[in-house]
Order: sequence, then structure tokens, then C-alpha cells
Amino acid sequence: MMPVEHSVQNLVPEISIRHLNFYYGNAIALKNINLDIFKGKVTAFIGPSGCGKSTLLRAINRMYDLYPGQRAEGELLIDGQNILAGGVDTIALRAKVGMVFQKPTPFPMSIYDNIAFGVKMHEKLSRTQMDDRVEWALTKAALWGEVKDKLKSPGTGLSGGQQQRLCIARGVAVKPHVLLLDEPTSALDPISTMRIEELIHELKTEFTIAIVTHNMQQAARVSDFTAYMYLGELVEFGRTDDVFIKPRDKRTEDYITGRMG
Amino acid sequence: MNLRARRKAVNFIALSLSLGAMAFGLFWLVWILWMVVDLGIGALSLRLFTEMTPPPGGSGGLKNAIAGSILMVGLAMAMATPVAILAGIYLAEYGQRTLLGRVTRFINDILLSAPSIVIGLFVYAIYVAQVGKFSGLSGAIALALLVIPVVVRTTEDMLTLVPNTVREAAYALGAPKWKVILLITLRAARTGVVTGILLALARISGETAPLLFTALSNQFWSLDLSEPMANLPVTIFKFAMSPFQDWQQLAWAGVFILTLGVLVLNIIARVLFRQATPR
Repeated sequence: MMPVEHSVQNLVPEISIRHLNFYYGNAIALKNINLDIFKGKVTAFIGPSGCGKSTLLRAINRMYDLYPGQRAEGELLIDGQNILAGGVDTIALRAKVGMVFQKPTPFPMSIYDNIAFGVKMHEKLSRTQMDDRVEWALTKAALWGEVKDKLKSPGTGLSGGQQQRLCIARGVAVKPHVLLLDEPTSALDPISTMRIEELIHELKTEFTIAIVTHNMQQAARVSDFTAYMYLGELVEFGRTDDVFIKPRDKRTEDYITGRMG
Repeated sequence: MNLRARRKAVNFIALSLSLGAMAFGLFWLVWILWMVVDLGIGALSLRLFTEMTPPPGGSGGLKNAIAGSILMVGLAMAMATPVAILAGIYLAEYGQRTLLGRVTRFINDILLSAPSIVIGLFVYAIYVAQVGKFSGLSGAIALALLVIPVVVRTTEDMLTLVPNTVREAAYALGAPKWKVILLITLRAARTGVVTGILLALARISGETAPLLFTALSNQFWSLDLSEPMANLPVTIFKFAMSPFQDWQQLAWAGVFILTLGVLVLNIIARVLFRQATPR
């Protein structure tokens, strides 16, 4: 993999991935991944199903810890700390690296409590501070206007698109540095998808975003950098315009022109 | 016969057979309920709740039996549910694939299908025979042993039904495991867990065999847990088998009350469950 020229436009890596291998039991799922995810940018991961893009995302917040038999090797540096090392405080890590999943996952509680849940894990806020935080997060997720009069009603009562924005608000409320989005719009209709894409544009002014998507137009629309993965390898990584207009690798070209996957 | 006509015929036969089977099953159920209502409602009176079980020929009610049943069933639930819910949480959230988890699940399944008379005899042997006295406490213990496997099983099943994505979402916000379980999974499964508790409660309300060896019965008012204690099932058993007309009447009244109670519990459980499933 050729590293992206850092000199252009003072790019600062938020996450540096070095020689990352990932295993499900004995099966290798990621092979020697080297990649920088830049601060304040949107990085899209594309590739056919099973190429390891979700696995890579789930390594960044150590989600794989929940499952025995899954393990990662190599280095994944956030603020200079290798978060794959033993003894890493995963709770603090996840405060710094938030995640939104494919299917909306509202918790069985009110809209307000959905937002407050994550915040309470990391901060002790007074009632009014929490009210402010909830409003702030919901505003960031472009949901405040729709729910401000029913904060006490259950989060499960919202529409699919609203639920997903609630999940984004929930992640944002913790004030992470990085937001990982794992196919956040694949379960949503086109209008909800559009709203979430607009949201990503707004959020990148404050957060570093990594998004996995099956939708190449989406990757082209929302991201600054694109990584194309295939069979557990990082085939190509670069500025989104470059990857889509003049891909360097034949496999990338085949994929984005629809001749494969 | 062409294909479509044959399919129609097969459909008709299958439908008729299953309707017939349903009618057959329902027939007995309705008959039982009808008899309980018919014979029970006539024996119903306020005296049932205000007077003690009478000697043959005397007038009386079922006050002591009702009170004893409520006390023992309540005590059994209080003893069993915390233990069972914790065990269910362990099986679903911690011991899913561990050896201890698998062994516990296997033993629990055996306990679940154990005849209640076995449980009664067990408590008789380890407690009643040692103390040398029938008692309300031993009755509650026997009932608790019947509750535990039911609630363990439903708690585990309901927690396993909570989608893993919800758990992951909670972990992704930096929640520690115990908070994920307490605030998210258990909460998502709470109606199912409560339903399991209510079903267990309904089941033990009518259990007779385990009480025969433990609480026995008592003709008088007693809330002393170290003494034999009156209860509905054993009283019904005793009175229904007797040759005395008024005792038999009381037995039917007891059956009616018991059936009604269990029916109400079942309806509550079902309504709760219906609220839990959609979404």
C-alpha cells in the first residue's frame, strides 16, 4: 500500500493502523492492513461482502472483545496508544470512539434516556447539564425538532430513519473523537438515507468519521478518503476522487465500475 | 383428477381433521370449566372468605385454606424468583457456552420436568422428617423448588431473545457488562421475565402433591410457618374425597376460586406477553 501524501493540506492522522491482522478462530479475516484515518475527515470503506471492512471497523473500538475466539494482531494507534495491547481500558476507548450500527438499535427506554444512557457512563452531570447535552446531541443529529415534545416517549416508537438518527445522537452525546458508522443507511429508505448523509457532512466538522458502506455512490458522496478492500486485504486507499476517477488497481476499477462484487 | 382439484381435496381433508382434533380437545376443556362453574358457583358465598374449614356437618368456609395458600405461594415466590432470575442471567449472559452453564441448563431441564410429588418427597426427607413436623415453611420450600426451574428457563430464553445488536450498541457506548445487563437486556426482556414468573405462580397455586408431604393441612386458623398449614389444594383433595355433602360443596367452591385465580393470572401473563412481542 502506498501511503497517502501527508504533505498536502496538513492532514493529521487520528487513527494509525499498522500491520493489522485479524482472526476469527483460525480463519484470517484481515491481512496486514496499513492505513491512516485522518482527523476531521470522512473515510469510507467499500468492498464486496465478507471483504473485512466491518471487521476492521469493529477492531477500532475493540467490539470483537465480546466474542471469544476473535483476536487482532498488530498496531492500532489512537493518540499514540496501541489500543490492541492488553490492559487497555475499553470503556475509556469507547468513550473516545463511538459506533452506529447497520440496524437502528434504540434501547427499551425513553428518547431522553436513550441519549443520557451513554453520557452517564462517563460523566456526572446535573439535571440541567444533562438536559442541555440531550438537546445538543439531538440537534447535532437533526432530530431535535421532531422529538422535542416527546422526549419521554419510548425510542422504539420512532420511525426507522428517526431511530437511526437517535442512535447517532446517542453516539454523539458522549462527545467521542471518532464515529464509526457500520452501514448506517442500509436499512433505511432513500429520504432517511439522504438526511443521514447530510448529517455526516455536518458532523465531520467536529468528529472524525469512518463509514462502511455497500453503496458506492454513497461513498463517493460523503467521503474524503476511500479504502477499497477485497478478501481481507486493503487493495487501494486514497482520496475519494482519485479512487473513483482514476483507480490505481485493476481490482478497484472492476469493483467500482460494477464488473465484480 | 387434476392437480388443483387434488390440492383442494387434500386441503379440505387436512383442515377437517385439524378442526375435528381441535373440537375434541376443546370439548373436554369446556366440559371441565363448565362443571367447575356449575358446581362451584352454587357453593359460592361470602362465608368462604370469613369462616374456617368446618367439621363434617357444620357450616364454614375456606378462610384458613385461602390464607395459607396465599402465604405459602407468596413465600415460595419470594424465595425462588431472585435466585431463579440471577441463575437465568448467568446462563444467558455469562455461561452461554461454558461447561458450568451447560451442566446447569441440563440439570434445570431435568428439574423442570420432574414430577411435583418427587419434589414433595424430597423436601419431606431432607426437612420434614428431620424436624419431625409438617410445616408451612416446608410447603413453601417445596413450592419454591417448583418455581425455580420455570423462571430460570423463561428468564434465560427471554434474555437470549434480546438481539445482540442492542447489547453491542450498549457496549459501544462504553457501558460495563453489568450495566448492559441490568439497564438494557433485562429491561428489554422484562415483560417476558414477568410472564414467566406469573406462569410459575399459576402453576404452583394448584399443586397438591408437594404440599401433602410438607404443609399437610390444618383445620384451624394458623399463620405460624412452623405449624401445619391449611391450603386450598390439599383441602380440596380432602373434602372432595369425603362422603359429606357440605364438604364436597366446599371443595367445588375451592376449585372454582382456584381456577378463577389461575385463569386471571394466565390472562395477565398473556396480555403482558402480547405487549412484549410486537416491535
